[in-house]
Amino acid sequence: MSATQRGPSPLKALFAREWRIGRRVGGTGSMGVVFFLILVSIIPFAVGPDLVLLARIGPALLWIAALLATLLGLDRLFQGDDDDGSLDLLLMSETPLEAVVLVKCLVHWLLTGVPLVVATPVFSVMLGLEPQAIFGVTISLLAGTPALTLIGAIGAALTVGFGRGGLLLAILILPLCVPVLIFGVSAAQAASGGAVPFLTPFMILLALSLAALAAAPFAAALALRQARI
Amino acid sequence: MKPMLNFASPSNFLRLASWLVPVFAGLTAILFGIGLYLSFLAPADYQQGETVKIMYLHVPAAWLSMFIYAVMCSAALGTLVWRHPLADAAQKAAAPLGAGFTFICLATGSLWGKPMWGTWWVWDARLTSVLVLFLIYLGLVALWQAIEDPGRAARAAAVFTLVGAVNIPIIKFSVDWWNTLHQPASVFRLGGPAIAPSLLWPLIVMGLAFTFLFLTLHLMAIRNEIYRRRLRRLSILAAHAGDRDLSGAAMEPAR
Repeated sequence: MSATQRGPSPLKALFAREWRIGRRVGGTGSMGVVFFLILVSIIPFAVGPDLVLLARIGPALLWIAALLATLLGLDRLFQGDDDDGSLDLLLMSETPLEAVVLVKCLVHWLLTGVPLVVATPVFSVMLGLEPQAIFGVTISLLAGTPALTLIGAIGAALTVGFGRGGLLLAILILPLCVPVLIFGVSAAQAASGGAVPFLTPFMILLALSLAALAAAPFAAALALRQARI
Repeated sequence: MKPMLNFASPSNFLRLASWLVPVFAGLTAILFGIGLYLSFLAPADYQQGETVKIMYLHVPAAWLSMFIYAVMCSAALGTLVWRHPLADAAQKAAAPLGAGFTFICLATGSLWGKPMWGTWWVWDARLTSVLVLFLIYLGLVALWQAIEDPGRAARAAAVFTLVGAVNIPIIKFSVDWWNTLHQPASVFRLGGPAIAPSLLWPLIVMGLAFTFLFLTLHLMAIRNEIYRRRLRRLSILAAHAGDRDLSGAAMEPAR
């Protein structure tokens, strides 16, 4: 970045832009939470209104709902920029594409992941979870949703440029989300007692998020560059 | 490096494949002949009876499901680093074969599970991680089908293959963890302390037979892919030439 440059740094400007677009277009954040609520409220219709059963499978249900709600907005992560040509500008700019991807993931997480985490305690009550289990699900979602967004960004970068990428994105990404799901749910269940201490799966979950943070921007940037050659 | 690059030219590859395919096909047939004969002669397991013979299809398929992924990873590097069309073709040809062998592994495992464990499917750690591998193969096939431009499809598939390669050990580890959490005792272990030599020899021969079957099919599929690309290029050229003719013809009456 040249010293003569004035104005906000490119990444700050990008953050502000993504934030404005993310909040305006389709309102990914609020839509994600509504989708989350619908998933959580449709499950009792399938398994029956038995609060004991719901409390037992509640953490797993909340995790699956969060996984699907995160996927919801992901196919738009780069698609809008590809449609209006700004992706080419981002690719040509001096700012490393990896950092651009990271900023976009950060905004996606702030607008999708964080609202889900905030809404989780309320929805947990609806599923009859104990306070400890509520704490476990919320904290494990807080630790795990960044990994979901970051892994999803790789899929979004791979499927950029063709119309119905949403379904393919899910097919590509969901198998890769298996570890996050396993450790997220086991951390959530360990919080309300069990054979495994809470910290063991929780630390591995954090490690998965950190590893995704370190690796996913490079993979997504590679995929974006490869799509353009 | 030099001789490898020589074979890497598609026309040289076609010449090489034209005599390698029959040789490999012959080797596959011979190995299958010996392997199947040995498998039928192999003694029945003292616990599992004759069903142990499913192993001679199951284990080689499981070995190939991983071997093919390794082949795809090296081809993916060839695509990303050297941008070689042959590497693209090798990647594309391997994905459905990998899915097929992984499916054989799952299906034979299920058939073996019914008499041994009493159910068609158990959420056992190994089964589950092979299932996830199968899903990744299906995702790759879907990715290949979704992108029309072959070069772009190859690069996208290469990135996804490498991302998958990083993830597969993590998935394996996490599924093992998940399984020990849910099902403490594993139902089944392979033949106690060590597998007896009378069972091992047929297994090795069958493993080789499966590997040569894959190599034969892979070479044939790469060859088909090269032909498909040539056909595509020719039809684009023909359409282009035809277009000019048509526009010429359209011009004529105006003159």
